[in-house]
Amino acid sequence: MHRRVNWRKAGWVTLLSLFLIGVVCAAMAWAASDPSGTATGTISDVTAKVAGKPTMDEIATQVGHNTISINFVWVLLTGFLVMFMQAGFALVETGFTRAKNAAHTMAMNMVVYGVGVLGFFLTGYALMFGGVGGVASLGGCTALNHELTVNLFGKTFGLIGLNGFAFTGGTYDVGCLCLFLFQVVFMDAAATIPTGAMAERWKFVPFCLWGLFCSMLLYPLFGNWVWGGGWLSQLGTNFALGHGYIDFAGSSVVHACGGIAALAGIIVLGPRIGKFRKDGTPVAIPGHNLPMAVLGVFILAFGWFGFNPGSTLSGNDLRISVVAVNTMLASCAGMLSAMLYMWATTKKPDLAMSGNGCLAGLVAITAPCAFVSPFGAIIIGLISGLIVIWVAQGVEWKLKLDDPVGAVAVHGANGLWGVISLGLFADGTYGDKWNGVSGTVRGLFYGDSSQFIAQLIGAVTCFVVVFGLSYLFFKIIDATIGMRVSPEAELMGIDIPEIGALAYPRDDMYSMPDVVIPSKVSSHGNGNDHSRRNRDKVGV
Amino acid sequence: MKKIEAIIRPQKVEDVKNALADIGIKGMTIAEVRGFGNQKGFIDHFRVSEVYVSLLPKMSLSIVVPDQQVNEVVDVLMDAAQTGEIGDGKIFVSSVEEVYRIRTGEQGEEAI
Repeated sequence: MHRRVNWRKAGWVTLLSLFLIGVVCAAMAWAASDPSGTATGTISDVTAKVAGKPTMDEIATQVGHNTISINFVWVLLTGFLVMFMQAGFALVETGFTRAKNAAHTMAMNMVVYGVGVLGFFLTGYALMFGGVGGVASLGGCTALNHELTVNLFGKTFGLIGLNGFAFTGGTYDVGCLCLFLFQVVFMDAAATIPTGAMAERWKFVPFCLWGLFCSMLLYPLFGNWVWGGGWLSQLGTNFALGHGYIDFAGSSVVHACGGIAALAGIIVLGPRIGKFRKDGTPVAIPGHNLPMAVLGVFILAFGWFGFNPGSTLSGNDLRISVVAVNTMLASCAGMLSAMLYMWATTKKPDLAMSGNGCLAGLVAITAPCAFVSPFGAIIIGLISGLIVIWVAQGVEWKLKLDDPVGAVAVHGANGLWGVISLGLFADGTYGDKWNGVSGTVRGLFYGDSSQFIAQLIGAVTCFVVVFGLSYLFFKIIDATIGMRVSPEAELMGIDIPEIGALAYPRDDMYSMPDVVIPSKVSSHGNGNDHSRRNRDKVGV
Repeated sequence: MKKIEAIIRPQKVEDVKNALADIGIKGMTIAEVRGFGNQKGFIDHFRVSEVYVSLLPKMSLSIVVPDQQVNEVVDVLMDAAQTGEIGDGKIFVSSVEEVYRIRTGEQGEEAI
């Protein structure tokens, strides 16, 4: 069909377009443009009373501010990476367990984030850091100044913090909140570890109570003793034991805490139905999605680049590159030693255990990563890959405990190995004034046996206190509301009984409810006829 | 009329379908089934323990044919589904009382 051109309209549109193009070109020519970046960021960007002419004091102030700014950006961004590890834990745990329970496993991993963060906000942060005495790299945080202490044999021992509950007491402060974000995501890593060990038979209500208990009480208690200015960190100044107990990024504070609580949990909870034969030998219950688990391992390994290097709490402390490389080397060494050991003993390079080995290396290097050489990091990683396999076998075959994902072997055993390895391999290239003791940090192999003693004291304390308190907690829960789902629920899959929804509904499970077919779908195209006669012809 | 039910290896379904199509069998019902016989299962490993899997995946084909076609179909089917290894499967032949075509209501051999 012949279309008539509206020449008037075409003319106006052309004129308007040319005008707009002209305006844009003129603006581009007049605006200052800097494609190479050499002209952006000048003396005018220094905060000054007279723009472009800062005094010496103003320049120094800007430098000081920028120093702190770099640290804020570093701590927050690495904190965001650690938050992403929640996804890694969720994927590993769900991939290593069965499909019929996947919605429940995922629900625990998701909700531990919500419950944990709010619990830590309410009490955990204050108990753990309320008395740390300030954080210089974040500009001060001087409100964190109230630690409950006890005086014995003429020495002061820090027990617990008492300022900053729900950001009161002067802690609504940019530095304090920056520290909070970084620390809360570490707590959530510890809180989510037992959900893997206790998956497939743990009731959802007791799990929620665990989230509150861990974030509000258990984690901050031990954490205060190590990072909050408490008595374990004071073993150096009080008893000349090296630099006191050191755990750089949390092999014990985070991972052993979670792994040992997991051990207490699986003792109280009991094994899954069908895990052990009558004669006590264990049966494999394969996970339903190994690709999901591998993805989770990589997400955890990636997030660990926030976990360890971020723990300098400073982007100005350039040891961060050594920390990051040590983390990477240990993860690969752990993966390879686990894989080679499985290959040698079972004739196959087992995928699941290689993943566990990688995580074991990461857990083990978390404490010593700032204090050891790359060579030391590789040794620590290689040993952790073996430890994870031996402990997993011991837990299942000797102790006859059911740990579906290996949380006790990966986090519990290697968390303790991590803090002990610091006491062996710390090479004296870093750590001057750590915990108030001058000189760099050395381990047994580099001449300081007292550091090794301090590490042993911390490791034993961690095990005794965490196991004792969490075992007590789980026993009380079991005696009151019960920890475990019913056998019927466990056999059919706990997605429906606990969560009310299937993780993997199959489309053919559901019959089509009575639907009114929308007019566009009708084969006759006359739109409005929704009569039964028409529906029959469409073939519903 | 007879129903021929064949339990075969999943990877042999295409060969069997094509061989039966060549002799004029135009339709069948196929189901995924699990089972075992002389073919022992396999050992699956997960982390530090293992489990013996005896429920092996197979495919079950059902065809209804007129009596006089039974021998031909069985021969063709057996030939196409065979590999010579343990686990090739079995064929069961049973009687069928009546057959109906749902769309038209036909019954008997015309409905096959």
